[in-house]
Amino acid sequence: MTTTTAHPTATATAARAVDLSKVYGDGETRVVALDAVSVEFRAGEFTAIMGPSGSGKSTLMHCMAGLDTVSSGSARIGDTELSALKDKQLTKLRRDKIGFVFQAFNLLPTLTAAENITLPMDIAGRKADKQWLDRVVDTVGLSERLSHRPSQLSGGQQQRVAVARALASRPEIIFADEPTGNLDSRSGAEILGFLRNSVKELGQTVVMVTHDPVAASYADRVVFLADGRIVDELHGPTADTVLERMKRFDAKGRTS
Amino acid sequence: MFRTALRNVLAHKARLMMTVLAVMLGVSFVSGTLVFTDTIGSALRKASARSYSDVAVAVTYGDVDHPLPQRLVDEIGRLPGAESTTATVSGFTAIADKEGRLVGDGWSTRGGNYTGTGRYPMLEGRAPHGSSEVALDSRTAERTGYTVGDTLRMSIDGPVMRQKVTGVFSTDDGNVAAGGSLVLFETATAQKLFGKPGSYEEIDVKAAPGTAQATLKAGIEKLLPRYAKDASATTGQNLADEEARRIASDLSSFNTALLSFAGIALFVGIFIIANTFTMLVAQRTKELALLRAVGASRRQVTRSVLVEALVVGVVAGATGFLLGIGIAAVMRAVLASAGALLPDGALAVQPGTAGAALAVGVGVTVLAAWLPARRAAKIPPVAAMSSVHAPATVKGLLLRNTLGALLSAAGAVLVVAGSGMKDNGNMVLGGGAGLLLIGVFVLTPLLSRPVVAAAAPLLRPFGVTGNLARQNSVRNPRRTAATASALMIGLTLITALTVVAISVKTTVDELAAAHLKADYQITMATGQNLSPEVAEKVAGADGVSDSSAVRDAHTELDGEDEWVTGVDAPQIGRLLALDFSHGSLAAVHGESMVVDSDTAERRGWHAGQSLPVRYDDGTKGRLTIGGVFEGGDLINGVIMDNATVTPHTPKAGDMRILVKTAGGASEAHQDSLVKALGENPVIKIQDKAAISRELSSTIDLMLNILYGLLAMAVLVAVLGVINTLAMSVFERKHEIGMLRAIGLDRAAVKRMIRLESLVISFFGAVLGLGLGVFLAWAVGGLIRPDLPSYAMVLPWDRIGVFLAIAALVGVLAALWPARRAARLNVLEAIKAE
Repeated sequence: MTTTTAHPTATATAARAVDLSKVYGDGETRVVALDAVSVEFRAGEFTAIMGPSGSGKSTLMHCMAGLDTVSSGSARIGDTELSALKDKQLTKLRRDKIGFVFQAFNLLPTLTAAENITLPMDIAGRKADKQWLDRVVDTVGLSERLSHRPSQLSGGQQQRVAVARALASRPEIIFADEPTGNLDSRSGAEILGFLRNSVKELGQTVVMVTHDPVAASYADRVVFLADGRIVDELHGPTADTVLERMKRFDAKGRTS
Repeated sequence: MFRTALRNVLAHKARLMMTVLAVMLGVSFVSGTLVFTDTIGSALRKASARSYSDVAVAVTYGDVDHPLPQRLVDEIGRLPGAESTTATVSGFTAIADKEGRLVGDGWSTRGGNYTGTGRYPMLEGRAPHGSSEVALDSRTAERTGYTVGDTLRMSIDGPVMRQKVTGVFSTDDGNVAAGGSLVLFETATAQKLFGKPGSYEEIDVKAAPGTAQATLKAGIEKLLPRYAKDASATTGQNLADEEARRIASDLSSFNTALLSFAGIALFVGIFIIANTFTMLVAQRTKELALLRAVGASRRQVTRSVLVEALVVGVVAGATGFLLGIGIAAVMRAVLASAGALLPDGALAVQPGTAGAALAVGVGVTVLAAWLPARRAAKIPPVAAMSSVHAPATVKGLLLRNTLGALLSAAGAVLVVAGSGMKDNGNMVLGGGAGLLLIGVFVLTPLLSRPVVAAAAPLLRPFGVTGNLARQNSVRNPRRTAATASALMIGLTLITALTVVAISVKTTVDELAAAHLKADYQITMATGQNLSPEVAEKVAGADGVSDSSAVRDAHTELDGEDEWVTGVDAPQIGRLLALDFSHGSLAAVHGESMVVDSDTAERRGWHAGQSLPVRYDDGTKGRLTIGGVFEGGDLINGVIMDNATVTPHTPKAGDMRILVKTAGGASEAHQDSLVKALGENPVIKIQDKAAISRELSSTIDLMLNILYGLLAMAVLVAVLGVINTLAMSVFERKHEIGMLRAIGLDRAAVKRMIRLESLVISFFGAVLGLGLGVFLAWAVGGLIRPDLPSYAMVLPWDRIGVFLAIAALVGVLAALWPARRAARLNVLEAIKAE
């Protein structure tokens, strides 16, 4: 399957951080969550951000996705500098250019699966592209369950709805925050498969935060974060190579 | 456990806020009412105690024809136990202000005889002498701006008098203390004006030191039969006691009326309290389960929730009590500025009021928290381990719906049955209405889905936010129901009252318009009878083509007392248009009369019947029923010819005069009538528009007072909506966070909450309007026997206003919750567990 023309070529940058810092608190309670992080997320690539708890991986994602403000440095989605945007513009940016998959609270319980999937477009007041929507729904295997409400779906199915929602509006980039954290391993594998397929077959760009080496092994590239800094990077990872690197940081962390 | 409860209250301050406010408002209304009536009561009692402090025995006449003569006064004065006597005569005295308008309401403007500086200390000028001088009480002087030397226009039974003000006095007269006016004449003048020369209505006797009131009374009673038939003597103590009793009973009905509205507000508050505690318990499921797991008994859990309610109740009761004192002060100021005549004096705050405030606050709160507390105790300890968020229960709704349907049906049946009953219909209807309200309240969760679904087309233009708002509003049907019910109760009462009042007004208005062919109606502003010369003056006024005195005369007709209405037979056909089932107005002449159908039915009369009559002067005769008509507010009973009844009735009084002018009502005609009657302030000349205005103003005033009182219930309902929305926002933090993340901007979040608020408010309003109209329709059945042509009128304009108010309630209530929702930190909302 060829990539859609609407998407940039594989070499373009979908999002980029330059010297990005995030500091919480002041004086004695000062915590540096991100310490001058520079990283690039290439379009059409599936990147995993890994790191132990408190490494700043979620903060990095939040800053890149326009959910959190940065203390210094720059965060860009495509050509848009996020730190220059006001809340209203940020909201619009998230709506039009970014897709989200969270660990939990992904769906509105009052809406059907179909309504949840088209929610970002409904908010924008846009009509969904019917053909594209059908394709997305087929890809995640939800055609039979579109009229169900979240409470009638399993955890894995709910997360598939969330993935479909993220894909439906063809965002420039999808951020996934521990998307398999609440799922059993089979459902988790399914979700990760969809995310990978969306990159491979639909040309989507995906950035996923995870602490699970198996999940990270689905990505094209893994970025390792520790103490708010990027400490390593791995291309074409497997669960074993990722685990290997992780152990190294843990060991370092303990000896240092 | 007490400490846990206290900690919980402190931890949930913000969320308990609306509950406290709701209870506080109700309590403040209760204590405000109590303080207000205590204040008025104590001021009135003080005034009456002062006015009786110098009266040991009061002698009053028993028969108008046998007033108290001067000789009796002299005789009493010579009794050994009597120190002094004050003999008085008094009566209604209308005075005009400088613009010629009547001062006061027509009832509390009095006149009397000047009895010396003891009772009436002169502040300025001197006592009145002769027939053309008066003294005026200082409060009225201040109010009207009259001073010594001014000429006062006044009237006692019709003719205008011009009196010179020679003095301004102060007085502790109860009527003046209550805001009335008092003018004093020289005794001889007053006797001529109010009674018979040389006689009095009342003699107040002051006892000599050492003389008991009872002894003096016994002495006086021996004198009475010789001088005045049927006169009686009462001790000052008795008078003061009786006055105190009268004040107490007057105030108690006032008290009851106000307190019942406070009760409605508190009742509405119960929904909010129950809602809040239900939510608090649901949110704390894990916490409470943990308590159970570590060994707390069910009872302890129940108690901990009830203690929280107790704390809330105490806080609300105490603050409500303080607010109530303020409300009492405001109430007095508002009533005074609205023209009510209230005594001065400090606010009377009694310990009992504080006790009542606390008891009501605590009682209502604990009562409302009872069910949630029991539900809390049922949480199994294992809930502490499970990670499942407390799911909304669906069980119990079947039972609830069945119960609600039964209650509503029973209520509706009673309402309809009561509506058709002749006696005790109002009791049955009232009971049915209560049952129906409760039934509908029980049913509201069921009703919420179809009603809110029906609102979908209205929400569609708002796109996804409208859709979300609609879905959210029916997510917790019980909570939405309780919130909407709070508003429903207030609106049901408001709508029912409005529809009934407007219907009555319209019907009476139409009746007056249909039955009255006259252009003007002339009456006394005081409701007394017009003096006979008024009718003559009117008949002779420029432009008057027809006029008739409508006279009240007592007769004995067919063996029973009957007040008949005398009219001038030749003219009446051109002044009135009545609906006759037999005959016509032409049948009123000579020995022929007409009666209304109600009287005919009551007395068993029929057209053509001849009845024996005995007039007041003893003359006997026979009258024939020449026609039967449909009675109304304007005229009813027996109508006969003035020419027949007046000569035999010395005490016949003119209730009103109907006037027709050449070419219809006009300003010129009205001016000529006013001039012909000497620009008299007490005589009211009204054209049809003014009659209908007067009627409207009475009904409007009553409605406005009721609106004001019911506004409290609506205000409490607003707090309920705020409460529910705040809870929803809190519970849906994650969802709102997610929505914000995927692109819903702040304005849209606000709009979503606002729309949800509007949906809930309109739901309550629609139920309230529906029930209100239904109850009003039922009440119509009770009114029809008294007002046969009563027809229900739906005041669409007002119903529109009520809907607008519901919308306003929705928007206002959403202000704070919507702001909170929009300000939610997206990250925290999605991160939080």
